[in-house]
Amino acid sequence: MLELREVSKRFGALPALEHCNLSLEPGRTTVLIGPSGCGKSTMLRLMIGLQIPDEGSVLFEGESLTRERLTAARRRMGYVIQDGGLFPHLSARQDVTLMARQLSWPAERIAARVSELAELTHFPTSGLDRYPTQLSGGQQQRVGLMRALMLDPEVLLLDEPLGSLDPMTRFDLQRDLKQVFAALGKTVVLVTHDLAEAAFFGDHIVLLRRGRIVQRGTLAEMIRAPADDFVQRFVQAQRSPLGAGDLM
Amino acid sequence: MNRLARVALALVWALAAFSSAPARGEEPIVVGSKNFTEAVVLGEVARVLLVEAGVPASHRRALGGTRIVFNALVSGEIDVYAEYTGTLSHEILASQRIDDDSALRAALAERGLVMSRPLGFQDNYALGMVRERASRLGITKISDLRQHADLALRFGNEFLDRADGWPGLRDRYRLPHRDVRGVEHELAYRGLAAGSVDVTDLYTTDAEIAYYDLTALEDDLDYFPRYHAVLLYRAVLAEEAPEAVAALKRIEGAIDEGAMIAMNARVKIDGAPEARVAADFLADHLQLYVDVVADGRLQRLVRHTGEHLALVGVSLTAAVLCAIPLGILAAHRQRIGTFVLGAVGVAQTIPALALLVVMIPLLGIGAGPAVVALFLYSLLPIVRNTHAGITGIPTSLRESAEALGLEPWPRLRLIEAPLAAPSILAGIKTAAVINVGAATLGALIGAGGYGQPILTGIRLDDTGLILEGAIPAAMLALATQWLFDRGERFVVPRGLRIATHGGAGHDAG
Repeated sequence: MLELREVSKRFGALPALEHCNLSLEPGRTTVLIGPSGCGKSTMLRLMIGLQIPDEGSVLFEGESLTRERLTAARRRMGYVIQDGGLFPHLSARQDVTLMARQLSWPAERIAARVSELAELTHFPTSGLDRYPTQLSGGQQQRVGLMRALMLDPEVLLLDEPLGSLDPMTRFDLQRDLKQVFAALGKTVVLVTHDLAEAAFFGDHIVLLRRGRIVQRGTLAEMIRAPADDFVQRFVQAQRSPLGAGDLM
Repeated sequence: MNRLARVALALVWALAAFSSAPARGEEPIVVGSKNFTEAVVLGEVARVLLVEAGVPASHRRALGGTRIVFNALVSGEIDVYAEYTGTLSHEILASQRIDDDSALRAALAERGLVMSRPLGFQDNYALGMVRERASRLGITKISDLRQHADLALRFGNEFLDRADGWPGLRDRYRLPHRDVRGVEHELAYRGLAAGSVDVTDLYTTDAEIAYYDLTALEDDLDYFPRYHAVLLYRAVLAEEAPEAVAALKRIEGAIDEGAMIAMNARVKIDGAPEARVAADFLADHLQLYVDVVADGRLQRLVRHTGEHLALVGVSLTAAVLCAIPLGILAAHRQRIGTFVLGAVGVAQTIPALALLVVMIPLLGIGAGPAVVALFLYSLLPIVRNTHAGITGIPTSLRESAEALGLEPWPRLRLIEAPLAAPSILAGIKTAAVINVGAATLGALIGAGGYGQPILTGIRLDDTGLILEGAIPAAMLALATQWLFDRGERFVVPRGLRIATHGGAGHDAG
């Protein structure tokens, strides 16, 4: 599906990613996690072509993601960012259907798809004609998700989609997102810095540090057999809500 | 870029064509005049003479200084205007040696021009002082000034610069004065009356000499040349419109000094319209009777409004069409952007007056150069705001549009343009308001508009006339501002105008 091969990326003198290899298998949810500045967002942005690697290549269905193939590839991926990235001049409905209208989908097909997605993401139909400033943060994220799913893409890329939400909203949306992933069976990549969230979503967790992948697998494996000191400290650094020591 | 450059070029050509004068044929004879009262009166006399003889004629009044009007004649934008022999031999043709009348006529013939016989009066330069002050200081002739080095000398700008004006006079009389400055000729009289000016240049037919009780100092070293008034016209007129030349010739030798001073006085002191004064003179002296249709205040206002709106409308529309693409280009191509913003910035720093004058050799006089100058002035605010509007779009939105798979063109149309719309509109508003104000300067080169009554008002010292241009210009600027504020709701997308979190309610997610 999507593959990073020996990818390096620098911002000025600062290396963001160094010789990373990652292959996404269809239908699986992969979680990219690590401390701030570890390169997890950069990795996601390479996949959708918002960054071009300095070295190595990004492959989509086995072919290198060149500038010419980028637009077509992007229409087969959905991308959701932290604050929704909704266009302030478009209503929720206009925003969600923007690309479909651009591709001249028939109106009935668009309408059907919107109500399908509203139901899937638990977004109230009454909110479809509101503008972003008239929507709550959670609602904005649901619209962002609808927009990403509109063209029924094979891959869904989410960059800390729940990062700026309050805990209650976040809890509900985590549950809903997981249901959506399960229902659609899509290839999902989710970036987060929250280990509990990673464990909740991911059957496959990729832990990054300073631009390198330090360990991949399930959370249980990381706890049982940490690859190094850092992994051990990272998995232990998350507090249980009950305050009684470590997670798990 | 290539296509854009071609569009810009085409636009400049179109503007150039718009400004150039049409060929003869059924076109009326165009009389021009320099920007002072006597010249305008003589222009009216010429026009009335032509009209009375059944020749269609129009008068483009107060086009500018000697250079501008002479060049307009040479290039055929006007057909005839009143000039002075001294100005021709000592200023316009100063590089040639011209000793007598026939040498002057030969030199003019080389340029395709013909000079009429003298109209009958001289309008010479002289230095003038308030009679009472001159006698108190014991000054009767120009050489007496040498003993009074501390006097304030104020000269009309043309006199101050031209070879037969102040520089030559200073050298001939070895005048030591340091407090010498240029001022609008008409304003110098007021300075004399108020006591802030001691000496100024006079035209000997000026009505103000009697009005302000001035004395002309004797030119004891015989410096000033003789300035016989003549009509200067294009030689081809004799073939194309012989009846016009015949009509004009009727004024030769017909205006004596007293008559000219009286006409100047009626216009400047009594405030009579030049057309009326010219018609009355022709009726009294040549028994030519012509109906004078002097525009009423309302008609003038309508005409000036039309001219002003045309100047602003054409230049602003062209600027919007060029500046928005330039701004978009600048926002997307950083290197081109630096260049474009720099270039329009430089255009903005050129003083309006300089820009207008620079345009004259390229585009002649009238609306053309004014429109081009206003166009250049309007570019910067629009380019800069378009650039700022687009580069100011948050990265997250720009990337969201990209990640959706929108091609560059739809991205511009559907996302960037609407998001930048408030900024672009603000830029156009700024440009429009500047444009409305700057367009008044167009009158300096014969472009008409609200600047016309302002300039005429200054020339005639008529505050009412100044306000007739200034007030509508200010109102138009305010109206423009108001219109753009209203227009915002049609241009700026609704989502961008909703400031509050209306109806967000409880977090349902």
